[in-house]
Amino acid sequence: MFQPPAGVSPASVSIDRRTVLRGALFGAGALSAPGLLVACGGGPGGGDTVSFGSNYSDAVPKKALAKVVNGFEKSEKKTVKVNTVDHNTFQENINRYLKGSPDDAFTWFAGFRMQFFAKQGLATDISDVWGDIGGDYAGALKQASTGEDDKQYFVPFYYYPWAVFYRKSLWQERGYEPAKNLDEFVALCKQMRSDGLTPIAFADKDGWPAMGTFDYLNMRINGFDFHMSLMRGEENWQSAAVKEVFTTWRELLPYHQKGANGRTWQEAAQSLDQKKTGMYLLGMFVGQSLPEASGAEDIDFFPFPEINPEHGQDSVEAPIDGFMISAKAKNVDGAKDLLKYLGSAKAQETYLASDPNNVATNKSADTSGYNALQQKAVQLVTGADHISQFLDRDTRPDFASTVMIPALQEFINKPDEVDGLLKSIETQKKNIFTT
Amino acid sequence: MTLPAVNRDPHGDPDRRREGSTQPAPTARPPVARRRGRRMRRFTRRDVGVLGVVVGAALLLDIGLIWGPTVASLGLSFTDWNGIGDLRWHGTENYHDLANEYPPFWRAARNNVLWLAFLGLIATPLGLFFAVLLDKQIRFSRFYQSAFYFPVVLSLAVVGFIAQLVYSRDYGALNAIIGRTDSPTDWLGNPDINIWVVMVAAAWRHVGYVMILYLAGLKAVDPALKEAAVIDGANEAQTFFQVVFPTLRPVNIIVLVITVIEALRAFDIVYAINKGRNGLELLSTLITENIVGEASRIGFGSAIAVILLAISVGFIAVYLSQVFREDGR
Amino acid sequence: MTAAVESRRRRPVRPLRLLLHGFLILVSLGWLAPLLLSVYASLRPYSETAAKGYFSLPDRITLQYYVDAWQQAELPKYYLNTLLITVPAIVLTLFLASFVAFAISRVRVPGSMALLILFTAGNLLPQQVLITPLYALYNLIPLPWWASDSLTLYDTYLGVMLIHVAFQTGFCVFVLANYMRALPEEISEAAIMDGAGVWRQYWQVTLPLCKPALAALATLQFAWMYNDFLWALVLMSSGDKLPITSALNNLRGQFFTDYNLLAAGAVLVALPTVIVFNLLQKQFIAGLTLGSTKG
Repeated sequence: MFQPPAGVSPASVSIDRRTVLRGALFGAGALSAPGLLVACGGGPGGGDTVSFGSNYSDAVPKKALAKVVNGFEKSEKKTVKVNTVDHNTFQENINRYLKGSPDDAFTWFAGFRMQFFAKQGLATDISDVWGDIGGDYAGALKQASTGEDDKQYFVPFYYYPWAVFYRKSLWQERGYEPAKNLDEFVALCKQMRSDGLTPIAFADKDGWPAMGTFDYLNMRINGFDFHMSLMRGEENWQSAAVKEVFTTWRELLPYHQKGANGRTWQEAAQSLDQKKTGMYLLGMFVGQSLPEASGAEDIDFFPFPEINPEHGQDSVEAPIDGFMISAKAKNVDGAKDLLKYLGSAKAQETYLASDPNNVATNKSADTSGYNALQQKAVQLVTGADHISQFLDRDTRPDFASTVMIPALQEFINKPDEVDGLLKSIETQKKNIFTT
Repeated sequence: MTLPAVNRDPHGDPDRRREGSTQPAPTARPPVARRRGRRMRRFTRRDVGVLGVVVGAALLLDIGLIWGPTVASLGLSFTDWNGIGDLRWHGTENYHDLANEYPPFWRAARNNVLWLAFLGLIATPLGLFFAVLLDKQIRFSRFYQSAFYFPVVLSLAVVGFIAQLVYSRDYGALNAIIGRTDSPTDWLGNPDINIWVVMVAAAWRHVGYVMILYLAGLKAVDPALKEAAVIDGANEAQTFFQVVFPTLRPVNIIVLVITVIEALRAFDIVYAINKGRNGLELLSTLITENIVGEASRIGFGSAIAVILLAISVGFIAVYLSQVFREDGR
Repeated sequence: MTAAVESRRRRPVRPLRLLLHGFLILVSLGWLAPLLLSVYASLRPYSETAAKGYFSLPDRITLQYYVDAWQQAELPKYYLNTLLITVPAIVLTLFLASFVAFAISRVRVPGSMALLILFTAGNLLPQQVLITPLYALYNLIPLPWWASDSLTLYDTYLGVMLIHVAFQTGFCVFVLANYMRALPEEISEAAIMDGAGVWRQYWQVTLPLCKPALAALATLQFAWMYNDFLWALVLMSSGDKLPITSALNNLRGQFFTDYNLLAAGAVLVALPTVIVFNLLQKQFIAGLTLGSTKG
């Protein structure tokens, strides 16, 4: 502390000045390098390069997608320039990305979230692609790829259904049976509780898992059509129908793990893995966080039980991930070829070979390599009359994130104050859906 | 912030004090300000050119990239823009909606105030306290300094992970240490507690920051001052509060400004934990939620930004009036 | 004088001093505990901490996560990106800020108080207030093809660098203006007598005296710019240009995150700031004396 700081002499100052210059030159050089590379690679609008924005950023999906893209490059003699951005950033940035300088093709989700961008003119109509691949897809999947103007904007890749997951060995040991309706479900919960288990694993620190519970309750109580129309902002949240969803949920809440708002979905999954909880309503990706159970292929699921016999178990929540082409795409033909390829059975088989937590959307994809859980997932979805995409994909993103996430967390904290909560949702819904 | 009036310079001639220094050292005392009268007005054309170009470049950046966008945000807050379609005038409706129909808003405003109070009344004094202890010429001082300072350089991801590690209800260290595994406390999920434990985490970082600033300030205090006070019979506490602390005024101002900035800009800890929801709302996270993410409620989010801006400007005004009063003497 | 002070202060060991050390050791270990705990977690497999909790004895200690994080997150590439943004940004920030501070505190150009207000207040604005218009602005500023793939300032290193400079200049002006105000007037007067112009007064007379403050600011700015993610998030769209903070996100899956792997990555990412601080610790504190040294 007592020495004069080193290097106060003018000489070292002039070194600094050189560093400034070098830094500036270095910076400029780095800026220009990628530009040059692109210029060499065919230039703007070049016919043979397709740029592809991908959010498959963590190791396993990234490698799997690279394999698929490789297959495309070989069979079509085209180059694909993949721009991988981490999942979270990609999603946060999607508006600015599509308005700014997007890639030709990009990864996205089906449902309202796709329609929203199609409606804003940020996506390219790919109905002609569907002319080629349409025969391989079930009607519900085509529906999920169609915009409000009846044109297609999306090619589905895989989906992952939501259901009630449990550990087979625990259930065999205790003699539990899947519940078909609400009464059986409640009886099962009571049985588990008397066996010293917490019946239902539950977490909502991440904000989205509770949406799955809401979706299923609403679709079972009020039906798929009401649910979708509620999601489109066309129903009143203060109606008796919506209120019934929350009062039913309130009755089930004592069987759920306490303190959900402070628990991540992975921590809840761990409790299932450790046989501290009996079952868990989540998407198929739950397998990733069940090291013990998935190692022993000790996972099974049953569809969310029936509540209103009128609707039975006719709807399944199965979010679909897939691809779109941006409105600003430079190489539209190349991008369409790429999407056609990605929609093929072969591409999806290649991808799913390394990802056992999803199911191919192409109905002619070979399912012989599937594990038991995947086989069952295919049955679940193909047997359903309706497929929903998940609350945050079926409604406006602003409504989902700024209204529904806080509202559901609030409900978990104070399940007895439903009226005030629904009033607040309805008021905010009006503000958002009128813009 | 008013400081007790004391004789700031019991030793008179400032130049005598700097004897033996290897370079003309700057001083902490105000007398320089009194010499303001002597302005240098003889500029050559070249001087004016240099000043114009460099200050002009800095101004261009500041106005173009900071103030311009700020004014534009103010304008956007009166529209219902979604980031894609056309701009439509929306009057003051966004402000009405957020005050009356957006439940997280008031919680966020309250949390920001709490945050400021917590940092200002607990973390900042604690940082000063550690600085005083470390200024006592003790061994291993560098180790202690590093230990307190480390949290400052950590990024969002680390802090978020650490919060989970320590506070997680089922698997965290805190519940394990205090032995609450049977009926664990939900540190992060209970909206009545979580803001407090998160502020502790924020203080964990802020203390180190303040400590290092004060340590630097204390190193600069002339030891002769303290000796004089001891000779006058003052005890340690008296010496500190009546002699040392007042000379820290320049540091105090910087610490005050930094504390306010940190409190108003507070963002990353809560964002890393749960994106600032369920009791952890802050104005900055609400803005991010509305503007940055997929939601893209630009008009509405801008209105929240303008509120935060207004509060910031309030503090800026207080700070400036301090500076002016000082300069006016 | 220094030696005299030292000898007067080094008294024989007293019980009070031991108490002080005891207290400081306890508190600083408490301060480090969360960090040590996360390093500890990064050495253990996820399946183990998931089953036993983080606060438990290890079955297995491995550095595998560090290897994985280094490769999976492609850290070297992102370290370079961050370097390309932060180094020029820090140099430019310090240059502009020190000159403006010089103009305000030493030259006292007309309107210097207004300048100080403008810059300082600019730094107090919340980042989020600027984001949307800034994004729109960046898409309007054209750049030649060799400087930008998007042909605009959007999605370029330059763009992110410039906003760092603009945003941080305020704080540096504030600190440096304070610092320079406290420099003795005589040194500039002597220079003026010698016929030095404004540039020479700045570059050869004032700046060398500000070296400690510049070092301190460089350390602080490095930590801030290095850890920033918001500017790049909003102003970039190419994944391979993003800074190191976002590389960590590559270790997160769409749903599942191996937090112990993330911890290992976070430790690796935090290293440069820790190293920079330790290297510059001495200068850092000396520099932050903010207008005073006891020499």
